[in-house]
Parts: sequence; structure tokens; C-alpha cells
Amino acid sequence: MGGVLTVFRRELAGYFATPVAYVFIVIFLVLAGVLTFTIGGFFARGQADLVPFFGFVPWLFLFLIPALSMRLWAEERRLGTIELLLTLPLAQWQAVVGKFLAAWAFCAIALALTFPLVVTVNYLGDPDNGVILTGYIGCLLAAGAFLAVGAALSALTKNQVIAFVLSVAACFFLVAAGSPIVTEFLSRNLPVLADIARGISITDRLQGFTRGVVSGRDLVFFATFIGFFLFANTVAVDQRKAD
Amino acid sequence: MTALIEIERLTKRFGAFTAVDDVSFTVSRGEVVGFLGPNGAGKSTTMRMLAGFMTPTAGTARICGEDVVDRPVSAKRHLGFLPEGAPTYPEMTVEGLLGFCGRARGFRGSELSDRVARGIELTQLGGVRLQPVETLSKGFKRRVGLAAALLHDPPVLVLDEPTDGLDPNQKHEVRNLIRAMAPEKAIVISTHILEEVAAVCTRALIIARGRVVADATPEAFAATGETMDDVFRRLTLGAASTAVTDEAAREVA
Repeated sequence: MGGVLTVFRRELAGYFATPVAYVFIVIFLVLAGVLTFTIGGFFARGQADLVPFFGFVPWLFLFLIPALSMRLWAEERRLGTIELLLTLPLAQWQAVVGKFLAAWAFCAIALALTFPLVVTVNYLGDPDNGVILTGYIGCLLAAGAFLAVGAALSALTKNQVIAFVLSVAACFFLVAAGSPIVTEFLSRNLPVLADIARGISITDRLQGFTRGVVSGRDLVFFATFIGFFLFANTVAVDQRKAD
Repeated sequence: MTALIEIERLTKRFGAFTAVDDVSFTVSRGEVVGFLGPNGAGKSTTMRMLAGFMTPTAGTARICGEDVVDRPVSAKRHLGFLPEGAPTYPEMTVEGLLGFCGRARGFRGSELSDRVARGIELTQLGGVRLQPVETLSKGFKRRVGLAAALLHDPPVLVLDEPTDGLDPNQKHEVRNLIRAMAPEKAIVISTHILEEVAAVCTRALIIARGRVVADATPEAFAATGETMDDVFRRLTLGAASTAVTDEAAREVA
């Protein structure tokens, strides 16, 4: 566990040593706020909850999380620092998990900084704060799922742009798979795939959390999803590190 | 003498290209092996496999008896490795980077700060210890990489071009440092600078097209009557170019 923590600390400090952290957080907060209050109709709805905010989060993550994950391994390989990292007495999975957890913790910080929204609804009305909490947990799990996919894709290439584009495509697939347009199209034409699409959809899972329902099935889904992609990430690093 | 590095029939293929072809040698405590060869001869590939960064296609290597393929983490504990080009995280400070390497090697608290301070002192980085690595010159970066490799005082050192990019004074310092550490360690350095072999190495190993073509002491090379430069050219340019020279010689005659 010491190895994971060492990599975690270095990575997390790395975000704040460069403008990456500040740009990411500011853009995330501005977009989340603007979308929630304008298109989301926060006031017009007349309800004290954060449903519009939680509805936009997956779509914001769709672009912002690949921007965060693209550099995880691609940059290490381009700079050659992967040779420094992987010749330290650390197991490869420790480096993979440490990097993933640092990026995830960074997402948690960005999400936590949306607290003025929570303060606002509590000031204006009497929301169910339990539902808001489960909504945040859902968002964090969705961030973890996107990050795990993005990190694994980042390990496959030296080029950060390729890593970014592939990750956006993969995350878009995960977000869109549960949307009515996709599922209706699939159930008319390819009914077999419709069930699979609904099964892997992150938005469907997230809806449970934003309604205040934390089901064991959803937790198992996120845990296996993240676990699988971290495993794939470790395999990809091992295969491609020296190319 | 105990062999701290054992390389056994090490082979690495990239598709149809064989970068390292059945290389075997051992290095004992007290030896400084100069690893020579033209660019692309397989020096860095051999060193990367020895450091556990690349997986060999065939054969294996052991560091202090620990197999780099089967027990990579234990093998790496005994090894200080300076990768080619001395890569470092650009945004980290010298002290931050060395602290990270020290923590990854299991040092904590006052032992960690002592180790970092000692590494900085040995490589004379005191003046830049709080500067981000990206602001440093090539020579300083190389010394940061060297400090990271020396941090845990390992019995085995594998340094890929440790003096590349250093000015003559810094080269002299690094050579002195290597000489001072030599009796306690097994050291492999790769280099393009042939004088360096005579200056610090107890043994020179020449590799060409992935194969070891010579393995002798600098004195033995000197005893052939040729300069190190001539030996290097003769061995690494291969039979084809020798034939051309012979023909040319006959034509002249």
C-alpha cells in the first residue's frame, strides 16, 4: 500500500504544481453553474433540489475527464519518465492504482467545490440533503468509471490527443447508451444490443443515485467496471511501456 | 569476488529485428564495466532489460541473485538505474523528485531527508535544490537522475551515459564519484566517450549488432598496440567494411 500512496501523493501534487488543476476546476465550476442556472432552469422549476445539476454532470465529465486522464500514461511515455517510475521498486499495479486514485481524488475536490449550489438550495428551500448526497456519490462513481476507461486508453498511446479523442468517444458511448434515442433505435433494429446498451449506460445508473436510491447492483457495477479497466490498464502498461 | 550482476543468454527481438542477441556476462563487486557500442547496437536495450523495464524475449538477468523477470520488485531494490537521457518529472523540484524516489524505496521521516541531502551533496545540486527540474540545464538534469540512482546506496549501479551533456569539470566530478564508489559496488556504465573507459573502467565490453564482440580490461586493449578508437572501429564496423579497406589497400599497392 505504501507504493500506491507514494505515487498518489506525487500525482496529486503534480496537478497543483501546473495550471492543469486550476484551469480544470474553474472551467468545471463555471460550466456547472451556468448550465444549472440557465438551461437547467434552476429557479423556474421552483423545486429545492439539484436534479438539473446532476443531469449536466455526466455531459461535463464527458469532455473534462478525458482531458484529465489523457496525460496519465501518454505523457509518462513521451517524456520517458515511465522508465524512471517503473524501475523503482514498485509493482506495476501500484503505479496504475496510485495514478488512478490521484485523478479520482482530484475529481472529488472539483465536485466538492460545487458546494455553493448545495448552500443555495438549502437557503432557498428545504431540500432532501440525503438525496443530494447520494447524487454526489453517483457523480463521483461516474467520474471513476470515466477515469478508469480514459487511463487505460492513455496507456495505449504516446500521443495525448489520440488518448483524449478515444476517451471522449468511449465516454460518449457510456453516456449515450442509455438515452432513449439509442435504446429505442436498438430495440427496434437490434434488440440484443439494446439490453447490453442499457446495462453499460452510466446515465441510467446515475439516475438511481440522483433519486436517492443507492442499490447494491449499481455499486457492484461501478466497482467491477473500474476494477476491470484498472486491470486492463496494468496489462496495457506492461505491454506498451517500452515501445 | 561475488557476481552481483549475472546476465544469462539475454535476447530481445522487436518483430524480425534482434536488438540483443544471446548476451551473457557477469559483473562482480569492485568492477566498473564500460559498456561500449555504436548507436543502435543494443546497449540501452540490454540495460533496460537489466533494470526490469523491458521484458526479455529469452534469457534472464539477476541482480544480487534476484531474477529481474520473476522477482522484479526485489531485484529493483538492489539497483540504482539511470535511464537513457535521464528522464525526470519537469514540474517537480529537485528535492521533491528525490523525495518521491526515496519514498518509493521505502524511506520515511529523517532517514528520507538524510538520504535526499546526501544525494544532493554527492551530485552537487545544493544550489538548485528547490528549483523545478524543467528550469535546469541538461547537465543538472543528468545529475538529478544520477542522484536518484544513488539515493539508496545500491550495491548495483547501471548508468546509461552518465556523463552525457556534462561540461568537462562536471564529467571529472562524476568520474571521481564513480571511482570512489567502485570498490563497494558492481557498476555498468554505457558511454560513447572512449577515454572514459581508460579513466574509470576496470573492464570494457564492446557490443555490436546485439552481440558482445569484445570483453577485456583497458590494459589488454592497450596491449594489442591499437588505440581504443581503432579497436572500436575494427570490431563494430564489421567484416564488410574491413574487406573494403583491404581491397582499397591492394589497389593502392
